[in-house]
Amino acid sequence: MAERSFKKEVELLRLGAGQEFKGEGILAVTKALLQSGVNYVAGYQGAPISHLVDVLSDASDILDELGIRFEMSANEATAAATLAASVNYPLRGAVTFKGAVGTNVASDALANLSSSGVTGGALIILGEDYGEGSSIMQERSHAYAMKSQIWLLDPRPNLPSIVRAVETGFALSEASHTPVMLELRIRACHVYGSFTARDNVRPAFTMQDARSSPRRATDRIVLPPASYQHEREKVEQRWPAAVKFIQDNRLNEIFDGEADDIGIIVQGGLYNTVMRALKTVGLADAFGETRVPVYVLNVTYPLVDPEVLGFCDGKRAVLLVEEGQPEFIEHAINTILRRAGAPTRCEGKGMLPLAGEYTGAVVKAGLVKFLQAWRPDLLPASAAAANAAVETAMALVAPNVQGRPPSFCTGCPERPIFAAIKLTERELGRHHISCDIGCHLFSALPPFEIGNTVMGYGLGGAGAAALASAEGKRAIAILGDGGFWHNGLVSSVGNAVFNKSDAVQIIIDNGYSAATGGQDIMSSEADNRQRATRNTIERAVRGVGVGWVRTISRTYDLRRMRDALREALLTATKGPKVIVARSECMLNRQRRERPLMNQRIKAGLRTVQERFGVDPDTCTGDHSCIRLSGCPSLTIAPNPDPLRREPVTKVMQSCVGCGLCGEVAHAAVLCPSFYRATIVSNPSRWDRLRAAIRNRLISALQRRMARSSAAGARA
Amino acid sequence: MSSATSINIAILAMGGEGGGVLADWLVRIGESHGYLAQTTSVPGVSQRTGATIYYLELFPMSTRRGDERMPVLGLMPMPGDVDLVVASELMEAGRAIQRGLVTPDRTHLVASTHRVYSMTERTAPADGRVDAQSILKACNTAARKLTGFDMARLAEANRSVISSALLGAVAGSRALPFPREAYEAAIRADGVGVNASLAAFAAAYLAAEQPAGAEAARERQDAPAGPTNLPLPAGLSGEARAVAMLGAQRAADYQDEAYARDYLARLAPFVALAQPMGEAGQQLLAEVARQLALGMTYEDTVRVAELKIRDTRFDRVRSEIGAAPDQVVEIAEFMHPRLEEIADTMPAAVGRWMLRNGFAKALVTRLASRGRIVRTSSLRGFLLLYGVASLKRFRRGALRHDREMRFLAGWLDIVRQAAAIDASLAIGFARLRNLVKGYGDTSERGHAKYQAICSFMSGELRNPSAPAMLKTLIAAAEKDEAGAALHTEMERLRREIATADQGTTALQAG
Repeated sequence: MAERSFKKEVELLRLGAGQEFKGEGILAVTKALLQSGVNYVAGYQGAPISHLVDVLSDASDILDELGIRFEMSANEATAAATLAASVNYPLRGAVTFKGAVGTNVASDALANLSSSGVTGGALIILGEDYGEGSSIMQERSHAYAMKSQIWLLDPRPNLPSIVRAVETGFALSEASHTPVMLELRIRACHVYGSFTARDNVRPAFTMQDARSSPRRATDRIVLPPASYQHEREKVEQRWPAAVKFIQDNRLNEIFDGEADDIGIIVQGGLYNTVMRALKTVGLADAFGETRVPVYVLNVTYPLVDPEVLGFCDGKRAVLLVEEGQPEFIEHAINTILRRAGAPTRCEGKGMLPLAGEYTGAVVKAGLVKFLQAWRPDLLPASAAAANAAVETAMALVAPNVQGRPPSFCTGCPERPIFAAIKLTERELGRHHISCDIGCHLFSALPPFEIGNTVMGYGLGGAGAAALASAEGKRAIAILGDGGFWHNGLVSSVGNAVFNKSDAVQIIIDNGYSAATGGQDIMSSEADNRQRATRNTIERAVRGVGVGWVRTISRTYDLRRMRDALREALLTATKGPKVIVARSECMLNRQRRERPLMNQRIKAGLRTVQERFGVDPDTCTGDHSCIRLSGCPSLTIAPNPDPLRREPVTKVMQSCVGCGLCGEVAHAAVLCPSFYRATIVSNPSRWDRLRAAIRNRLISALQRRMARSSAAGARA
Repeated sequence: MSSATSINIAILAMGGEGGGVLADWLVRIGESHGYLAQTTSVPGVSQRTGATIYYLELFPMSTRRGDERMPVLGLMPMPGDVDLVVASELMEAGRAIQRGLVTPDRTHLVASTHRVYSMTERTAPADGRVDAQSILKACNTAARKLTGFDMARLAEANRSVISSALLGAVAGSRALPFPREAYEAAIRADGVGVNASLAAFAAAYLAAEQPAGAEAARERQDAPAGPTNLPLPAGLSGEARAVAMLGAQRAADYQDEAYARDYLARLAPFVALAQPMGEAGQQLLAEVARQLALGMTYEDTVRVAELKIRDTRFDRVRSEIGAAPDQVVEIAEFMHPRLEEIADTMPAAVGRWMLRNGFAKALVTRLASRGRIVRTSSLRGFLLLYGVASLKRFRRGALRHDREMRFLAGWLDIVRQAAAIDASLAIGFARLRNLVKGYGDTSERGHAKYQAICSFMSGELRNPSAPAMLKTLIAAAEKDEAGAALHTEMERLRREIATADQGTTALQAG
């Protein structure tokens, strides 16, 4: 990857047997893959699994040593299809992507893969970005596991359990000839912990072996009659084999407790939250010793009927802690209990909310409700008591705490594109705007508040398809370079060409897959030894037949940006109009340039930096500039003028000098308060001489002005 | 069951503030003192300036049981179960309270009391800041112990980032059972910006040791009004007097002493008017003095040019950007004088002609179609602005002045009329002038809102709820740029008035 180095993390991947690994959950997964003798890995970046592909991108030495093929897939469908290598050969493969959105994109390949079945272990590592701060819709990967009959692991969120899940996941896959999903919630991916490492394993059967003696079997190809046979195989052979493996290897865990007329069944990933809730009501200790029996589903699909029935035996009720909806596990457990005629009541979404993240507070509230209903004697009196002081304080802060959603970074090159859209709107009125997924979607939030819909990654143009006819105002679609290469070239741009769309598509090219951590993509400018970069978007777009293309190579040039947009909206040219708006992601640019700049200054070399500022005495506190820019470094400050009350605009030290505020002040004819300061460190002799002469003359004039002004004030 | 328990720590910070670095330091410190450390976060959000929570648990391994069983550590904070909350800013401290993470039986709250304004606060067309005092009060109410002071200032003063100051505050307040050296060792182990970090750490450590209660970061330093040798109208006292003095000084600085006298002369009739109104009269007087001063010192091109080239301004820019003495600094201004501003600077008759005459209009519009970047630090740019500033002596004859004085006369007239009815109504009208501010479009929109409110209110002056109406209208006008909220509010008031009228009619009929 271009601007970040993962050297430190790569070192952790080299740890041998008995050494202690200390690091994040997702890195532990990466290490576990190497310990499992994986043959190939592929993935599409996204929170919270980006780290896996990032670190492997920097680990080419290790990968070469172990003979592992690693691909940065074009999208999740590509990643899932990569697992095809495990259908015919005993090759272990792992792919990774974001849970809900990734499985949606990958579903075609996933369905075919699980129909064919696998010979080598196939592991799909899903990062569940569910709940707080997530930028995706709240869906469950569980549905995909069920519909394609792929087994779903949801291990307890500690490193040893996660590592074990990877290793047993491959074995489970091989034992049942079925791909396996490993689901990791975002906090588990980022949790810092430790486990005892094992040696990395070089696979016995290699990719080379597979290529040199290819095998095929017609009955593994998804085509009738084989596909009908696959369906029967799934329920008659693979499912029972999986259940046996899970049972034999005790993948699920039971923690006994004395209050054995009730119990708790929990998804492995939520185990720690449940234990903490039990501890706060005095029913468990810090080591997981519990008075209420707990059955931990480290495998949430398929369920093991005898285990469920065994746990529920003699219990009047169990509380099922299952995050997300629909409540698939609750349905399944009720079916198991009712089919067996067991009297145990399964309390689930009746006690816990149907939707939303299961935070500590939520789980505790559900637990207390359950105990009140079934074993009130276990609850301490204080469990449900409200605290008056806390409530007073909450009432005091309620009107004074505002949301602080993420937004464009300081100096982000995408901001001027949306400022240009706002300026164009002032002139030509509002347009329908179809958005896409990526950093640019922050345009939907204040201060820009631009955009009508989002349909998916690379689907910005597609989302405007129905509104793309030639009459009246044109619709605008926005795509990022990440989405463009993921799917947009065909689904948004190609489709628009073929259907003679009249919409305007703005493709934002910041040089990286920026929102997922700054990975290189096809059109990146960086030199990348392992990947082919510098395939420009303009060439691709022209290649699929777009005639009207404008590339703006510096988005901060607000006038050009606005003029290009105006032209695209008004031109008589038929067919889709594509604007490629190119400027490097500022976050990544700063990562590269700032250390170099500091080195230069330290080395005594002449270095020029720019920063912007606002004169508080000419700023009248209207904040139009902030509404058109939204830069994090553009803020307000108390007015130094005692006659004025409104806070003035202020530029913070974090300003990177992108120049947008000046451009906005010009283009929107705002106010003359912005200034640009050019700071020359280690100035040359000529710099100093020139400055000295200027300063002398200017000082003389300033003194003269002060004199005449004082005279005026006295006159 | 074991009674052993972990130390639970939540860090609330915004992206780029080093919340992750702080968490890593605490992990390292804990691990070096025999604690098992676990930390987690949702970092994707924090990268882009959003608010985020880092959560840590430190478990004393000395309290482990004999059976090798490892403790089960939490991945997110549970209300009522948090020992230490670290907030990098005051609203984030408020967010911790809102989420129930701060409880009086358990939680030590270490918070920097400075403000990083939210986007909602920043984009308000006037003053949209929330009430910091209420948040501070809530911190005092909810926390077992509060360590609160402006840590951002300490970080900046030591050229470091807030994470080091936060660590210093945690250490100095004895929130955790670790010695000072352990914290400093963690900073040293990082190897990046160590000296600056240690300096900020030390400053915050010292401040946190002080037993004094938390106070909000000081927001504003009012410059004391200097002496003026102008005779202020008799009967001015208190705030009104201070404001009038500031106003007179501003007018003198803006134009000359005669202009300051002019200011005081316009203010004088209100002194007599306010006399019998008591406290409300003094408020009215202060408001008129304030608004009149701002109205008379409108921001024309001459004023802007003059402020831009003052020596004090050059110094201010250097200090604001933090330029070292050996660095050369150049300053460039972003200016965009349009036809209107150019005509405004002309003698009134010429200006009017310019705006009427097609040829002149077209020519000037073409010349002024683009914004200009003026390099004030270069001789050429300086002389240009110097030339514009020296037009000051002709200001009183300029088109803009003519217009502003008419506007002010009209406004003072309305305030006077309102004062005859009710003091608070008059205060409202005095404040109304404040909608007119800024440059170009902003100023035009302000005028439009001002006019709309004036004409709405003209029929309602005698309405007993007129002062309240005026207040809500001003608040609505300040809510958004285009005036949508004002429009909605006017519609609402119209309906209310109509219903009230019907009621009255019905009563009369009955």
